[in-house]
Amino acid sequence: MSGDNPLTPAQSDDLRAIAAVMIPASMEFDVPGADDPAIQADIIATLGRDAGLVREALDELARLAGLPLASLAPIRREAVAMELRAKGGAAVATLTRVVLQCYYRDDRVVRSLGLEPRPPYPKGHVLEDGDWSLLDPVRARPPFWRRA
Amino acid sequence: MNDPVDVLIIGAGASGAAVAWSLAETKMHILCLEQGDWMKPSEYPSTGRDWGARQLSDFHHSPNRRARETDYPINDADSPIKIANFNGVGGGTVLYAGHFPRLHPSDFRVRTLDGVADDWPIDYATMEPFYAENDRMTGVSGLAGDPAYPPHEPMMPPLPLGKSGATLARGLNKLGWHWWPSDSAIASVDYEGRAKCINLAHCTSGCAQGAKASTDITYWPAAIRAGVELRTHCRVREITTNEHGMASGVVYYDADGVEHFQPAEVVVLACNAVGTARVLLNSASARFPSGLANSSGLVGKNLMFHPYARIVGYFDETLDGYRGPGNCIWSQEFYETDRTRGFVRGYTFEFSRGQGPVMAAVHGMQIGRLPWGAEHHRAYRKLFCHRTGMVAICEDLAEEHNAVTLDPELKDAHGIPAPKIAYTLSENSRHMLDHAVARATEILRAAGAYDVWSEAPIADGGWHLMGTARMGTDPARSVVNEWGRSHDVKNVFVVDGSIFVTSAGVNPTRTIQALALYVADQMKQRLANLFD
Repeated sequence: MSGDNPLTPAQSDDLRAIAAVMIPASMEFDVPGADDPAIQADIIATLGRDAGLVREALDELARLAGLPLASLAPIRREAVAMELRAKGGAAVATLTRVVLQCYYRDDRVVRSLGLEPRPPYPKGHVLEDGDWSLLDPVRARPPFWRRA
Repeated sequence: MNDPVDVLIIGAGASGAAVAWSLAETKMHILCLEQGDWMKPSEYPSTGRDWGARQLSDFHHSPNRRARETDYPINDADSPIKIANFNGVGGGTVLYAGHFPRLHPSDFRVRTLDGVADDWPIDYATMEPFYAENDRMTGVSGLAGDPAYPPHEPMMPPLPLGKSGATLARGLNKLGWHWWPSDSAIASVDYEGRAKCINLAHCTSGCAQGAKASTDITYWPAAIRAGVELRTHCRVREITTNEHGMASGVVYYDADGVEHFQPAEVVVLACNAVGTARVLLNSASARFPSGLANSSGLVGKNLMFHPYARIVGYFDETLDGYRGPGNCIWSQEFYETDRTRGFVRGYTFEFSRGQGPVMAAVHGMQIGRLPWGAEHHRAYRKLFCHRTGMVAICEDLAEEHNAVTLDPELKDAHGIPAPKIAYTLSENSRHMLDHAVARATEILRAAGAYDVWSEAPIADGGWHLMGTARMGTDPARSVVNEWGRSHDVKNVFVVDGSIFVTSAGVNPTRTIQALALYVADQMKQRLANLFD
């Protein structure tokens, strides 16, 4: 661990490698992978209360891989990643979540989904009122609440 | 020692706010002690880019996950449904969705109509004026004319139907089943100084817009203007009693952890069905060895949740997704008892809209709809803004073995014993959940869903807490009388969901607040002989 990073350098390397397996970059959708430096920095900076479980998951990953994940051949790397996912549990779920919650707030990713990169407040969103004539058959129904 | 007060209210949430506001007109010295703090809407998750993540951390509905310094831990390991709450001014209304149904007349007569559970000692007609008064204070959007309910008039137009609501409504219409715009404690137009909803989709992590009626922005400003004193960061340990067996006040810890005694003529508990039971059990003494107000042995027992099912479908067309509010429409097609279904009582479907980018990804991964690897992006885009669905809120029948007790080891930051939950899902609830999942699947398929996913019960869905200090006329079978006063200690009142006799199959907040107003009204009418 160094500075504000609650992970060791080896854990940080494995986090970057597993994130790339989880969500690789895509030219088709013009989005970075979850191993992108800015996304990785966001994950590290906001681990907070999840740091313990993430370390636990990365330790398990290291045990399964036997070597730094990034040093494995791509096929073996993917196999180890899938083995970790299949094991499940709170630690793996937390590792997955911290990657997703930073990836899907990255400006480039958000824009690729057709959204503005901004918080919901204060601008809000537009929601169409909808077709209230759909209610007509229900309006025609007599009261059915039970008298007591 | 603090100066004595006339009325001391414990808890500033849904019911504490309502009872404080109502009693304020008496000009008594009223003090409310709240263990949490005032919320700052400018700091709610929807004001920042990390809003998706904060719903899962400092604004999580589980106090164990949230773990703010204002929270207390709850041992709910022995329950398939985990406790949800919020501690702060506004209480659970800070995080609730704002679904705001009333109980039905039949909900007060369950024993008479269906031969199960117990009747309430009051009825719908008794509650009706207090529902109306609470509606005015809260501001309710909806539409008059719902055939599932006795007539009542929401004061604001319904929230938008949207793409999701319209899609689901078409499915319901194909099946010929009831639906109606939900009554919601969300302003659809500007209301009493509150700005209208702007579809933030963040109802359940605090409404930065102030459109949702949490009591920190509805009852509390009015109560404080009327002279009620509200002290925050004050955690009550116990209610003390005097030589006459009456409550004499409370012992509490302030923000610095300093212990205080606050004398009071009347103590009102408004801490929800877990917190109230905890305080009463922690108030055991030589005179009341099994806890205060507990000669019946029923304090903490008969805990009721609403077992919830969540059923969602995935559609080809683009739906409302991240645009809110979540509240939309409801269906009470299966609300009243029909024994051919294999269970008694019934449930409400409440239909929602969709999810933001982060929650769509997290949930999609959890349920196996999102792969790792190159196919992730294509799968995500098929899922994001293409999902909608519903929850089923099932009536839970009271059972004494479902209980809140004190954990022998777990304590909060002040060393006060924490609550321990023991709860099992009944066969009746299991059958009801199965029925709800099957019917919901029919709705989603009729609406055009190509894929349906469900979970039942929702494991972290213990949002509604009821029954642990039930009301009744028989002191051997209830904790408080028909107007909320303890049978045993005649200057102790309970006004929260603890006093529910049955749970009904709807969200309880509107009824909790109406009950608090009713109890306050009874107190005001009896001020001259309140303890007789």
